[in-house]
Amino acid sequence: MSALRVCVEGIGLWSPQLANFGTLQALLAGGTPEPPPPRPAATTLPANERRRAPESVLLAVEVAGQAVAMSGRNAATLACVFASSQGDQEITDYMCATLARAPGELSPTRFHNSVHNAPAGYWTIATDCQAPSTAVCAQRASFGAGLLEAASQVLAEQRPVLLVCSDTSGRGPMLEITGCTLSLGCALVLAPQVSAATIAQLALTLTPDRTTVSLPQPLADWQQANASGAAWSLLALLARGHGSCQVDAAAKLRLQIDMGSIA
Amino acid sequence: MCVLMTPLAITAYTASSAIGSGLAAQLETLRQARSRLRPNDFSRVPLACWIGRVDGVEDVHLPSTLAAWECRNNRLAWLGLNQDGFLARVQAARERYGASRIAVLLGTSTASIGATEEAYRRLDADGGFADDMLRSAIHAPHSLAAFVTAALELEGPCLTVSTACSSSAKVFANAERMIRLGLVDAAVVGGVDTLCDSVLFGFNALELVSSERCRPFDAKRNGISIGEAAGFALLERIETAPDAPRLLGYGEASDAHHMSTPHPEGVGAELALRDALARAGIEAAQVGYINLHGTGTAKNDEVEAAMVSRVFPASTRASSTKGFTGHTLGASGIVEATIALQAIEHGFIPGNLGGDTPDPLCGPQFAWRNEQQRVDVALSNSFGFGGNNACLAFARSGFSV
Repeated sequence: MSALRVCVEGIGLWSPQLANFGTLQALLAGGTPEPPPPRPAATTLPANERRRAPESVLLAVEVAGQAVAMSGRNAATLACVFASSQGDQEITDYMCATLARAPGELSPTRFHNSVHNAPAGYWTIATDCQAPSTAVCAQRASFGAGLLEAASQVLAEQRPVLLVCSDTSGRGPMLEITGCTLSLGCALVLAPQVSAATIAQLALTLTPDRTTVSLPQPLADWQQANASGAAWSLLALLARGHGSCQVDAAAKLRLQIDMGSIA
Repeated sequence: MCVLMTPLAITAYTASSAIGSGLAAQLETLRQARSRLRPNDFSRVPLACWIGRVDGVEDVHLPSTLAAWECRNNRLAWLGLNQDGFLARVQAARERYGASRIAVLLGTSTASIGATEEAYRRLDADGGFADDMLRSAIHAPHSLAAFVTAALELEGPCLTVSTACSSSAKVFANAERMIRLGLVDAAVVGGVDTLCDSVLFGFNALELVSSERCRPFDAKRNGISIGEAAGFALLERIETAPDAPRLLGYGEASDAHHMSTPHPEGVGAELALRDALARAGIEAAQVGYINLHGTGTAKNDEVEAAMVSRVFPASTRASSTKGFTGHTLGASGIVEATIALQAIEHGFIPGNLGGDTPDPLCGPQFAWRNEQQRVDVALSNSFGFGGNNACLAFARSGFSV
């Protein structure tokens, strides 16, 4: 295959330590950025939806809003790919615990918020987006597999695509299973052509060969603490502005990401 | 926006649901016009409804090398993979293209959440999962696709699409993009969903489950009957299989309206339909059969019936087959895609079972009884929670616009 070449026009980031991509750049430059409030603001959602929305939706919408704002694109026309390894872990814990105890008491709202495409649903409703939207996962390879899917859409359809990859922290007995101790959300607006909004160009190549690029602390620890933690590798690359990284795309497949200069 | 699509060959396909395991059993049940829904004998706590349960899933055992993947959803997946010579077709493709050149792209709405439910029912004294349940791979929505990739010994891209009830329709689009871009030479698509308390009690809480057999497009319809199913298809370039039926087009769109009810004017559903027709390069009048989403809920069927009347001539035949299978949720896209493909292969249009008193909204396109006539192009509609819509277009080999 020839490399998939896409342009990055917007970057969103939220973790308990970092409020956005700018604070990551500050951190890597030696600064000590102020952590964000514990609940993502997700101001793209109308106030009533923001009160009702589960944590997974707030996190995904927060980073999606950041990335789209940076790109200057109209969210209503952006196709979107929402990736998450586990979906809303707090709701999974609630549902399984309730079903074990008293199945008839299951909350209808919590049930419809439990679908894996809840963030895609809330986002497309809030932004009046009727473009194609999808919700995907691939265990700990969700970031790489989601990036591959988003890049495929960008190039096959020659249209800009919003990629969101996020996982909330685990709850209850599921925490031992998912190993998600810190929330993380990352979003990218990707486009097929260089424009005034282009921040970086990426060349993506599938390879079975693993090369490891070590992340600086505390990013290396944060990477382990979330099922979407592979996003830190690309976020660090984008903050640095040059070089390469690799992320898992599947069980036996890696996605090589080489950053090019903006021609 | 979209351009004419180069069709893809569907070199193998299969489905297993309450109406039978494998294509022959499926066609036979459809021909008999007999529902295979049964009173709910699945949920641990009584719930008065009808379900589409696959016989014998409990007796399926995974090969010992795959034992770590044991759970109802993966057993149904394995049962499905073993029908219609599907495993052998994938093995031949693997030898031809190489394991890394075949993608596995599967849809599911809840994957093996039933195993997670079980783990919560028998937690250890310390509140953690029992030792036999400490298998992280089955407590994630990617469980199905990861299992199938392992079972088929494939090493290419592997992705789960989980957009509720449109999941296993949308994977055809993922596959087409990957093949077009040269990322892979073939793709295994499809999906599996199994009965579990999450969906039985969840849809019940939303008051969307009928206490009777579901009656899609009937004036007195009052909800869905939940079913389970597994289905798969193998997609390759048409040069490799010029005599195979074809994926002609697909469409995807969002409603931007509501999390659990469809857009009242069917905006997203019609956008997906128009997208599929445009990619296929066909007019609505060229469509011989549409397998409708037709769930049996008041709103879905109202919106979908209006769209059929708005877009298609009477010569286009339309029906929902959920009266046979139940609503198999994330697997409904692939199951109904295989019924659309059988309509083309056998010139057989299944009647809309359960519509004994048709809703007056339904036009002359509706096939209320089985019909026999040649079908060159067939569509399948799939709409999911969150306003997520997909439409697939299939054609017989040699069909050209």
